[in-house]
Amino acid sequence: MLSFIIRRLLIIIPMALLVVTVTWGLIRLAPGNFYSDEKKLPPAIEENIRKKYGLDKPWYQQYGIMMFNIVKLDFGDSLKHQGETVNDIVRRHLPYSATIGFFAYLVALIVGLTAGIIAALRQNSRFDYGSMATAMLGLSVPGFVLGPILVLIFALGLYWLPPARWGGISNLILPVLTLSAVYMAYIARLTRAGMLEVMGSDYIRTARAKGLDEKTVLLKHALRGGIIPVVSFTGPALAGLLAGTVVVEKIFAIPGLGNIFIQSVFNRDEPLILGIVAFLSILIMIFNLVVDISYGFLDPRIRYE
Amino acid sequence: MAENVEIIKRASLWRDAWKRLLRNKLAVFGMVVLAVMVVAVIIGPAIIRWTTGFTADYVPSQIEQGDLVRSFSPSLQHPMGTDDAGRDILARVLQGGRISLMVGIISTLVSLIVGVSWGAIAGYLGGRIDNLMMRIVDIIYAIPYILIVIVLLSVFGGPNTPAIIIWLSEKFGGAGNQGLSQIFLLFFALGLVSWLTMARVVRGQILSLKNQEFVLAAKATGVSSFGIIFRHLVPNALGPVIVYATLTVPSVMLTEAFLSFLGLGVQAPYASWGSLAADGIKNIQIFPWQLIFPGVTMALTLFSLNFLGDGLRDALDPQTRKF
Repeated sequence: MLSFIIRRLLIIIPMALLVVTVTWGLIRLAPGNFYSDEKKLPPAIEENIRKKYGLDKPWYQQYGIMMFNIVKLDFGDSLKHQGETVNDIVRRHLPYSATIGFFAYLVALIVGLTAGIIAALRQNSRFDYGSMATAMLGLSVPGFVLGPILVLIFALGLYWLPPARWGGISNLILPVLTLSAVYMAYIARLTRAGMLEVMGSDYIRTARAKGLDEKTVLLKHALRGGIIPVVSFTGPALAGLLAGTVVVEKIFAIPGLGNIFIQSVFNRDEPLILGIVAFLSILIMIFNLVVDISYGFLDPRIRYE
Repeated sequence: MAENVEIIKRASLWRDAWKRLLRNKLAVFGMVVLAVMVVAVIIGPAIIRWTTGFTADYVPSQIEQGDLVRSFSPSLQHPMGTDDAGRDILARVLQGGRISLMVGIISTLVSLIVGVSWGAIAGYLGGRIDNLMMRIVDIIYAIPYILIVIVLLSVFGGPNTPAIIIWLSEKFGGAGNQGLSQIFLLFFALGLVSWLTMARVVRGQILSLKNQEFVLAAKATGVSSFGIIFRHLVPNALGPVIVYATLTVPSVMLTEAFLSFLGLGVQAPYASWGSLAADGIKNIQIFPWQLIFPGVTMALTLFSLNFLGDGLRDALDPQTRKF
């Protein structure tokens, strides 16, 4: 088990470097440059800029220097946010995204699991159809339609909640709800499908045959197997959520990392793009590792050597 | 003899699946809504022009130049109201639906072609090549797709637009249509970022099929690898492919809407449901109908597509057949 974890942690490093390399190649593939959106520069000034940022060197040298610094976890200075390092920017904007992402996933998990379990236990009941239709609606309404409609009702119509910006807990409610809708729907559907499959399996029949009461069968036996699909979904979903979601941050004017990333892509702010991509890919791989480890606890048939 | 043929026909997988699909009320609901939507989008703009004279970019003449408020709330004349330039939103929603539905179809086709070929080749060849191809998929997964879309749009935009995209857009909108060819480029770019899961699904199918007797028989009769993959293996994996393709349609439509929301997607004078809704967000406080009608139309379409996809999965997937 320990050697499995160490091996997986070690693979993360080359994989992240590979992701950074491909991203760097993609940025360099696109025509233009980070200073090219401004008016045409005199050749002498352009030459100076290129020299300052090391763009006059051959591409393999530029790549080598960049990778050497990234291995030391130094992503350099942002090209557009003056005088700020990439690490500072990520550190400053991450907490906003992480807070909203965490609470959104928590809400989604609580509501989704509950609805999914009840729907599976009462298959083909009114609750089953109703909750699954609601879940489908959650999957079909884009966030940038749901968000403004919630604002329209609860902020501009009823005056219950503030419409946007960062502040107290009341500011969190609408963005968290908007963000959690899709995940809630996914989790409810995954839970229902997983529980239905498990409830028909042999080991549940065995547990019932042993004379266990229905509550123990459900909570100690069925739930562990039934939520495995939800656990595998949680890894990448949570990583993406914590690192920011552009739509919600834009609608509610929250200074999170998702917005910063989109801006950096528009600005061709290469160090910032690479920093955020590297951070995100490492986060996803770590979460996937945690998910793989937790399989072992949920399903005793799964063992890691 | 004729009777035997009849019996074989009845027992076929596709006919069985079709029957099961028709028994699923929600899937039938989805199909009906989609059919109505497709017909409305095709003939709707012409009907509106014929009955009321409005088109997607027609600004009524009674609006004076310099008149500040041109947004009118829904009325008999404008069932969905007008936008801030005074244009009829119903006409724009129907016109935009053409682009939105085309995104769904063309991007899904592109992702289908790339994903099925990639997954089938990786699964059939196996070994090192399989490993390499699937690691490439893993890496592309880790790169935010929005970055890939932007790079694709800027590398292949303007004068570098591939000939096939120009040819396609000329087929649809007439020659020399720069704006339309950029929209088609967007369709292709969206397809090129959404084939990854399809490749994984197909690879899994091919892995379980390739050691069966019919593949051995094909090899023995001297069929080439290409022939085995695309004439023998892929048709046998078609069920999951169709199911997954149906679920790709709403997901690429959502992605297009998201890109339009960021200002990267469909540009004026063209519109899609996503870009109409994004325009509507600006005026949500005073003219909410400008967001609600395009948004609800889009949500209804995605809702139907998702139900149809679910129904197809239940009908085609032998695993769930026992329920």
